[in-house]
Amino acid sequence: MKTTSKSGKMYNRGAWKYALPAFIPLVLLSVVPLSQAIWTAFTDNVAGFNVKVKFIGFENFRRLAGDTLFWASFKIGIIWAVSVTLLALVLGFGLALLLNQKLRFLGLMRVLSLVPWAMPPVIVAIMWNLLLRPTSGPIDGILEFFHVPGAKTDWLGDFNTAFPTVILIGAWVAMPIITVSILAAIQGIPSDMIEAATIDGANAWQRFRFITIPAVRAITTALVALNIIWNFSSFGLVFVLTAGGPGGKTFVPALFAYNEAFKYGNFGYAASMGVVMALAIVLMLAVYLKASKREDTQR
Amino acid sequence: MSAIEQRGISIAPEKKKRKYYLIPTYFAVICYIIFLGFPFVWMFTTSLKSPFELLQLDQSFLPKSFYWQNYQDIMEKRGLLNSAKNSTIIALITTVITTIFAVPAGYAIARLRKVFSGAATGWILISQVFPVSLVIIPLFMAVRRLGLLDTIWGLILVYLVAALPFALWMLKGYVASIPMDLEEAGAMDGASSFQILRRIVFPLLLPGIVATALFTFLNSWNEFFFALVLIQSPENETLPLTLARFMGSEGQVLLGPLAAGAFLATIPSLLIFGIMQRKLASGLLAGAVKG
Repeated sequence: MKTTSKSGKMYNRGAWKYALPAFIPLVLLSVVPLSQAIWTAFTDNVAGFNVKVKFIGFENFRRLAGDTLFWASFKIGIIWAVSVTLLALVLGFGLALLLNQKLRFLGLMRVLSLVPWAMPPVIVAIMWNLLLRPTSGPIDGILEFFHVPGAKTDWLGDFNTAFPTVILIGAWVAMPIITVSILAAIQGIPSDMIEAATIDGANAWQRFRFITIPAVRAITTALVALNIIWNFSSFGLVFVLTAGGPGGKTFVPALFAYNEAFKYGNFGYAASMGVVMALAIVLMLAVYLKASKREDTQR
Repeated sequence: MSAIEQRGISIAPEKKKRKYYLIPTYFAVICYIIFLGFPFVWMFTTSLKSPFELLQLDQSFLPKSFYWQNYQDIMEKRGLLNSAKNSTIIALITTVITTIFAVPAGYAIARLRKVFSGAATGWILISQVFPVSLVIIPLFMAVRRLGLLDTIWGLILVYLVAALPFALWMLKGYVASIPMDLEEAGAMDGASSFQILRRIVFPLLLPGIVATALFTFLNSWNEFFFALVLIQSPENETLPLTLARFMGSEGQVLLGPLAAGAFLATIPSLLIFGIMQRKLASGLLAGAVKG
């Protein structure tokens, strides 16, 4: 083992000793299961004991390509992931800007901004279900009080409102990480930079446009990428809120794969869905990261 | 926390213009407070309403009388106490084992030669891209083969798989933020690599270890999907599982106990967030920034 690198810095000579016992669980608990998962996608594996598993090549994927129900769900998943991420980004950015100012209720807002993050997804779903109940929920009650058209809607049960409502709740959950990270980036801006800009006559908008936005660009790119990964395969929130209903309007692909595997027992086929989802995520990330890089070099 | 008050880089213009500027700002503040806080407060007040009150069409915000029986009902009659016990045991064991594995590994990934650390980091990132609905399939089969289906041990095993990559990711970031010079100085003074790790790295790493451990605890406390797949009997259920099942059945009618249970299940998470506050976010992203 080399102890000196090119830069002349010395490495901790013993590091590999600590690496070995730790890489074994990493391989056993992470590399092996994931490799098995991908392998399963190329087999006819079904639930149950003593069933011979056969390698069937791309058969599952061929079948999946013609599965219109899956692609409908896939489309819902993409709309869900992108909408939740964008909505949470806008709301979280706005909140971060407010938290960065000297305002009243700042402490309260700061605490509240973390609450959605701290709550288990199942509890979030239960809570919003209480709020959105068509008979006893307060949201319809408030809307009715202000004579807003559309009061007395069964938000989670109606064909037209269910998906947008679930997206809003998804954004509520996704907001805190975005808010806190962007706030940290904004507070990392040196204050003399802003003072200098002010002295040079930059107005609030210009300072926002040419100082704040560039400062949060890198973290925003990372946040969008992470949120697309997390949301595209999210399960618990939608499962408890609507279970995919009404009429499959909120049937995200994770629900679809779950049903295929654990309701119908088609492990191989469900695994192929998972592989397609992973590929879709990689593709989305590649396109997105390339686009944001191009934008970076243009400025 | 106090950084905000002290620094207060304000985008608001100077004093003269302030007043007209502040109206939309405070309108936004109120909207955010309601959007973020009202759902939680409503859940709490619902948990104190009597069944009779919950049947009425026009719900008042505050309960007419405090009906604590909802809490007793959900904890004793609906088995929430047992689920809370399961959740606590599972989360604690997962956290301890994950931390034991992740601390030396995180250190190694941050300090080893580029080839190894690059491969490990690359793997951690790749593993995050795979949806849980894919990962669960081989894990389900493995747990079944071990005869651990429908036991808390099977669930712990799966949680280890889920927690390890992210714990490594966080710890790697914390280790990278400890200056190499300190360790080099230790080596100059003739400390062995174990002494360096114990006397220099460990104390500096402790806040990062605590943050990682709390984060791991929180994730397994909140987890739902794996529990749904692996656990069948009510006596082995975790909190989210019991509450989700309760909501799907009697909870549609028994809103009071449902809200009470949901509120109770949130308390540990809120406490952890109270402790960690913004450190959590900086820790999460430390791995990303300090590659």
